[in-house]
Amino acid sequence: MTNHYIDFRNADVILNMGSNVAENHPVSFKWIQAAKDRGGIFIHVDPRFTRTSTKADIFVRLRSGTDIAFLGGMIKYLFDNNIYDEFYVKNYTNASFIVNPKYSFNDGLFSGYDSAKRTYDKSTWALEKDEQGISKRDMTLQDPRCVFQLLKKHYSRYTLEKVSQITGTPTADLEKVYKAYGSTYAPDKAGTVLYAMGWTQHTVGVQNIRTMAIIQDLLGNMGIAGGGINALRGESNVQGSTDAGLLFHIWPAYLPNPRAPWATLADYNKTTPASMDPRSVNWWKNRPKYIASYLKSVFGEKATKENDFGYSWMPKLDAGQDASWLNLFDEMFKGTFTGFFAWGMNPACSGAHAGKVRQALTKLDWMVNVNVFDSETGSFWKGPGMDPKKIKTEVFQLPCAAFLEKEGSISNSGRWMQWRYKAANPPGVALPDGDIMFELFKKVQDLYKKEKGAFPEPILNLKWDYETNGHFDIHKVAKEINGYDLATGKLMVNFVGLKDDGTTSCGSWIYSGSYTEAGNMAARRKKADPTGLGLYPEWSWCWPLNRRIIYNRASVDLDGNPRDPKRPLLKWDAEGKKWIGDIPDNAVPPMGTTGAYPFIMKPDGVASLFGPGLNDGPFPEHYEPLECPIEKNLMSNQRINPAVKIFEGGLDTFATCDPKYPFVCSTYRVTEHWQTGVLTRWLPWLIEAEPQMFCELSLELGKLRGIKNGERVIVETQRGKLEAVAIVTSRLKPFNVAGQTIHQIGIPWHFGWLQPRDGGDSANLLTPTVGDPNTMIPESKAFMANVSKLTKQPAQPAKKTTKS
Amino acid sequence: MKITRRSFLKISGATAAGTVIGSLGFDLSPVESYAQELRIKGAKETTTACCYCSVGCGIIVHTDAKGKVINAEGDPDNPINEGALCAKGASSYQIAVNSNRLQKVLYRAPYSSAWKEVKWEWALEKIAANIKKSRDASFMEKNAAGQVVNRTNGIASVGSAALDNEECWLYSKFLRSLGLIYIEHQARI
Repeated sequence: MTNHYIDFRNADVILNMGSNVAENHPVSFKWIQAAKDRGGIFIHVDPRFTRTSTKADIFVRLRSGTDIAFLGGMIKYLFDNNIYDEFYVKNYTNASFIVNPKYSFNDGLFSGYDSAKRTYDKSTWALEKDEQGISKRDMTLQDPRCVFQLLKKHYSRYTLEKVSQITGTPTADLEKVYKAYGSTYAPDKAGTVLYAMGWTQHTVGVQNIRTMAIIQDLLGNMGIAGGGINALRGESNVQGSTDAGLLFHIWPAYLPNPRAPWATLADYNKTTPASMDPRSVNWWKNRPKYIASYLKSVFGEKATKENDFGYSWMPKLDAGQDASWLNLFDEMFKGTFTGFFAWGMNPACSGAHAGKVRQALTKLDWMVNVNVFDSETGSFWKGPGMDPKKIKTEVFQLPCAAFLEKEGSISNSGRWMQWRYKAANPPGVALPDGDIMFELFKKVQDLYKKEKGAFPEPILNLKWDYETNGHFDIHKVAKEINGYDLATGKLMVNFVGLKDDGTTSCGSWIYSGSYTEAGNMAARRKKADPTGLGLYPEWSWCWPLNRRIIYNRASVDLDGNPRDPKRPLLKWDAEGKKWIGDIPDNAVPPMGTTGAYPFIMKPDGVASLFGPGLNDGPFPEHYEPLECPIEKNLMSNQRINPAVKIFEGGLDTFATCDPKYPFVCSTYRVTEHWQTGVLTRWLPWLIEAEPQMFCELSLELGKLRGIKNGERVIVETQRGKLEAVAIVTSRLKPFNVAGQTIHQIGIPWHFGWLQPRDGGDSANLLTPTVGDPNTMIPESKAFMANVSKLTKQPAQPAKKTTKS
Repeated sequence: MKITRRSFLKISGATAAGTVIGSLGFDLSPVESYAQELRIKGAKETTTACCYCSVGCGIIVHTDAKGKVINAEGDPDNPINEGALCAKGASSYQIAVNSNRLQKVLYRAPYSSAWKEVKWEWALEKIAANIKKSRDASFMEKNAAGQVVNRTNGIASVGSAALDNEECWLYSKFLRSLGLIYIEHQARI
């Protein structure tokens, strides 16, 4: 999130799209209600009527997978009606920037497409620079090659009628949403967007969010109280785990994982983002300091200037290599790995195309599974269709402490890092995860000391001194993350003092300032609220620098005065020469004096309406999901995103416009369960409330297929099938898509064969192996399925078998 | 009067219908508050944050004199949730008090049909040996282009957003020191 949960209350209009906030982030709804109580408008756009919709002032349906069309129509509406924040667009976005004349867009394809490789050469998606290397601009926004004009042209095709044909949303409903949300273009109006996996789990996932980011920029809603782009993330610490670099492409704090062509640290540093514009802060220019400090936290005294701080000891990806989730399991399925860790995860249910994932697990020599409860992953070898006698995989199931049985911090979606204390001991011999990994590494290190082995340097030289009195000490790790001034041995005050010469260490620069000589900032519990905006600067701590709203200098005018006097987030004190309010992003003077552009993490310093960095185009464009119900994309002759990777062979098959799989299916969550259910299916209260797999379908589809509410059905795709109880409901309705009736069904993804025994299996047995071309997040929100009545209905409704 | 959870649910349902006093003939609310007081009287309070979604609701956990979890409820001082919890957060004490918890180190040998209980020491040593064997067998110093990559191609990892920040950071360091590049977790799915 750019903003944070409490900040929802500051919005005049809240758009919840691609998420069901009332059911999946229930407590946050109090802040939506607070906005409504002030007269705010709450809009919900979703394929399905949910408890979120019951609270919405405006609820509008759209077909799964058509969000870009829906939002592209909004962009056109804003242009047609001159509804945009002109000051903001000119000063704080790249609207005025001139685009390379070789850039083009034609019939669904951007310039530079290579159809054989399904990739783009992005060199023409560039902004023109002058002799000084500064981007050329036309502040009148009239140049036909300026971003503003190209954006306007791109979305001129997204007429109400065309959008309605694609989305299945009536034009009157579209206009209602566009008008209400467009009202936030005024500087004293704030509009925010709340999204979740309903936007990300598509082959156009990143571009869904980009489209909304463009709207927020046009309306001047970024960097302000009550605004922003707010991802309602699914897990309590998925923000923190992402920050910690538990992904193939990033080290902690978003430092890119090195690639093979970058042989030395100097080569790595040559890829540091650069800007010639003196008015652009380009904060990433500091990256060499962060990488050197990170390597010092990894290798300690063994990291020296002479050895590049141990840079060459760290593993490198090949140029262009993608080791993300879907590829990981594809490689596992092909037998690439002998060993595997599933640490606090249940991929046998959470991975797209879970049947393939389960088969992949049989190809391993060994697997380490660490969890609080047993799962379909740990016990995969005795699951449906498995014969343990034929499965070689050696499995270690290690019991770990639950959240309330250990100490440490987590970061919520608003980047608030809150400290947890230990309330009780874990049961039996279970240990905190930190203790397990700490002890395990010591064993590995001992082996390499004794027996040598392949390239032992990184293992033998690793700094692994996080013990106090012979026990693992989580506070020592927290301090390592914050970083030290190695000359004085003192904890860093924050990342501003980090250096690239090996005199500082810092495990994660964005967390520097979280555990200082003044104490553990995440544990703070003071509730002062000087701005009155609910920032609570002394409650917990927030990265970066305890800044509660990112890009907050976009909330002021060129002289540093708040553009929204009702919600003054920041104000420049000209006499004191300092900012008052939130922690400024960052502390340069206002732009009207000697200051700099507000979007300090972007090389150009401004928000990107034209976004040349993505793999599938600088402007979002509507494409159909990989599996879709219509033969032709009504926007162009490119039916699907031209840049998606198609997995071929093995178990990967797909069905489009196949009469065997005529219905659009989407996965989702319910309030009483969480993710694959490992932490909820074993809890007696929760499993009693939601005991089994179900499939929601419309009254019309129930009639068509002869399915009554409560009957058992089979839901099936090209990849698998599962049993479910039918919920025949008016919450779903058929869509009219270009004159064709399209039915949509939905299934929760919390269940698995292990527990409860008759609760049904994972929704991911049905989902396809296909991902967004930028993130490779799978397309679980729009795929084609069939639903049919089970011929033999059980005599009795299924009973629950939970032990409590 | 012993109130089981099931009968309490029934009574609560009746309360919602506004008929509780009429149907039972007496007012139950003092009994409820007394029962609540007894349950957490003298208990130790520990603050934490919920393990489920990303809102970050504050939770107070109550433990008795023996250190057993007896209650968990919303932390009214936490400005994010102001004491409120959803169905999951309100049930979270059942994670601690649950006979289905994994409490032993379990091992499943190749081609075996059953778990076997083992000691930590044995398991960690065997895992370490497996790591070394897989790493040594699959370690790649240079790729096909002759560039130094120093990586382990034969081991992968997923996890985890369920770990604390400090554990995530330590795990990332652990995996990369082993040379792994196939490192993924919940954020990708």
